[in-house]
Amino acid sequence: MEYFIQQIVNGLTLGSIYGLIAIGYTMVYGIIGMINFAHGDIFMIGAFGALIVFLILAAAFYSVPVVVALLIMMIVAMLLTSLYNWTIEKVAYRPLRGSFRLAPLITAIGMSIALSNFVQVTQGPRNKPIPPMVSQVYNVGGISISLKQIIIVIVTVALLAIFWYLVNRTSLGRAQRACEQDRKMAALLGVDVDRTISITFIMGAALAAVAGTLFLMYYGVVVFSDGFVPGVKAFTAAVLGGIGSIPGAVLGGLLIGFIESMWSAYFSIDYKDVAAFSILAIVLIFLPSGILGRPEVEKV
Amino acid sequence: MAAVSVESGARETPVTKAVREALYAGVISFGLFVLFIGLRTDQNIRNELVLVQRWGLLAIVVFLVMVGRFIYVAFILPAIARRSAARAAAPTVVTEKGFVRRNLTSVAIVCLLVYPFAMIMLVGLQGSLKWVDNFGIQILIYVMLAWGLNIVVGLAGLLDLGYVAFYAVGAYAYALLGTQLGWSFWILLPAAGIMAAFWGVILGFPVLRLRGDYLAIVTLAFGEIIRLVLINWREVTNGSAGISGIPKVTFFGLFSFDVSAPNYIAKVFDLPTSGAYYKIFLYYLILGLCMLTAFVTIRLRRMPVGRAWEALREDEIACRSLGINTTTTKLTAFAIGAMFGGFAGSFFAARQGFVSPESFVFLESAIILAIVVLGGMGSLPGIAIAALVMIGGTEILRELQFLKRVFGPDFTPELYRMLLFGLAMVIVMVWKPRGFVGSREPTAFLHERKSVSAAFTKEGHG
Repeated sequence: MEYFIQQIVNGLTLGSIYGLIAIGYTMVYGIIGMINFAHGDIFMIGAFGALIVFLILAAAFYSVPVVVALLIMMIVAMLLTSLYNWTIEKVAYRPLRGSFRLAPLITAIGMSIALSNFVQVTQGPRNKPIPPMVSQVYNVGGISISLKQIIIVIVTVALLAIFWYLVNRTSLGRAQRACEQDRKMAALLGVDVDRTISITFIMGAALAAVAGTLFLMYYGVVVFSDGFVPGVKAFTAAVLGGIGSIPGAVLGGLLIGFIESMWSAYFSIDYKDVAAFSILAIVLIFLPSGILGRPEVEKV
Repeated sequence: MAAVSVESGARETPVTKAVREALYAGVISFGLFVLFIGLRTDQNIRNELVLVQRWGLLAIVVFLVMVGRFIYVAFILPAIARRSAARAAAPTVVTEKGFVRRNLTSVAIVCLLVYPFAMIMLVGLQGSLKWVDNFGIQILIYVMLAWGLNIVVGLAGLLDLGYVAFYAVGAYAYALLGTQLGWSFWILLPAAGIMAAFWGVILGFPVLRLRGDYLAIVTLAFGEIIRLVLINWREVTNGSAGISGIPKVTFFGLFSFDVSAPNYIAKVFDLPTSGAYYKIFLYYLILGLCMLTAFVTIRLRRMPVGRAWEALREDEIACRSLGINTTTTKLTAFAIGAMFGGFAGSFFAARQGFVSPESFVFLESAIILAIVVLGGMGSLPGIAIAALVMIGGTEILRELQFLKRVFGPDFTPELYRMLLFGLAMVIVMVWKPRGFVGSREPTAFLHERKSVSAAFTKEGHG
């Protein structure tokens, strides 16, 4: 039983990171109906930015409290990824808006390739390890919970609360939901659609940056190709939960996290990704628009 | 956004506008690059990460971005505007197409047929190896894969992000059966195609009800599952180490390309020993396979099944209400597309003599899909041009050794290959969203055959 609960804790940690990335996918999908393939690499840029900030802090000050260091890393990474995603949207997606559906998908894949290779060229292809930032582990009734895991879950919950407030209670969120339902109508009613879309990209990027910082803190290593696997998992999570639905993205992320940790614990670690992908395919056979997604109704 | 630029454009000259835009670009690029180019993480002797400062490089990059933006806004944009204004003002003249334009296909096929011999004449037998192998064969493999995927994406309108899985199935089918049972390539080529088609149907079944991005993610997941199984099923596939010693293709059993074999081609014809014969033979083999793919695609488009694919792409509901069985239509598209992937895969295994899961990553699927879309979905010549530009362009970067003299001996152009590939994908797509060839030739027509703009064809729902 302790072993089982232990796996739930591990799955929750992993699922939180996937959920944060998945929100970026699902929001962009909801508002402009495209898969932002470069989002996984935005996450990697966030993690790498946090790494560089960590090294600057370590070089400039003798010792910084961990909380302050994490906060600075997160904020700088958020600014950095926001700038990246904003620029990418402007350069690669906006000229193709209203064009045919596959064109922005191809530019997104192109941007994904360009971003990961940009980091490879400028920072080198090797793994970048950092010394552990947080190492306390608590033992609660036979279950070991590390402080890292607690930080991840608390940060995720706090961010989700802020995010929920932004989307459901502010005029910005209202504009976003209006654009999601009908972009043309929203524009007629005075919503600045371009600005709303830009802000959506910035919000997604900021969440990805937080996920990247937490990823760096949890695993203590980052490499230029790290965008792909978490990106695909988060995308899977977004689709599993029903793409376009924000609670669905979080639910999907947690589900993928649980499947992975349970499968590695009880079956084989080699096939954990196969399990996650197979469950995605099986769920979609029975629920073709994900768990919380609205079924697509086509007008004739 | 557009309205604002028109108003301000009336007041200020392009140059002042360009200066302002260049300043913006400079600030943004400084923000983008300050951490990644200005600083570099390196490992010191104790394996700790340290930062190396590179502010000079950062300044150069930011300056180049500003200059580029300035030239673009001040000179290129007005030039484009003038040209399109001139084109709109000029009366449309129907010009007779030149000889090359009219007979494009025949000219291209003749060029491809003489290409290896032209290369031998130009750079000699050994020198031609690189040009036939790295350029000819490499590009033609991608042409074949893209034409195969075109059946699924371009004709049937089903977005497939895991096409590389069928390529892998074909390659491993030949690699495993060829090394374990010693079967010949000529038996295994159709077998690999059939196996890949079978896997195409297996993938097709669960995704029949899915549309759009749900379909995309499941196909992507399928591609990843195949790759992960290849990595982890070590007893059969030898894991990430891969399978080596895959037998070479023989000339239909008559001649061998193995130096030790008694019927080695150079011995039979009394020629000097060289690896070039095998490469030239492989070149014609893949050329033949490409022609087969093109021929089958062109023929299928005129058959009921091909028309059903295109009808499915245009409107699935109308298609169903006219009594077309969408299940078999989708499954045949997946199966036939996969079959060509399988052919290409077994050819790839024979050419490399070695396969490993490394060759079948998602990036390959993305490259193939990009070629299909950049070429203009559904257009065979467009896809061939896109493969030539994208794959040939990145291969040529390996050859640019003179850049070392400009940037110093540490400069390796290969490193920038994929970076430029990704940026090229973005630039070409923004420049020509409908792909290189923006017209289609419908197979059903009234009175006379004429091309229509690709803007009239749909891209499908799935």
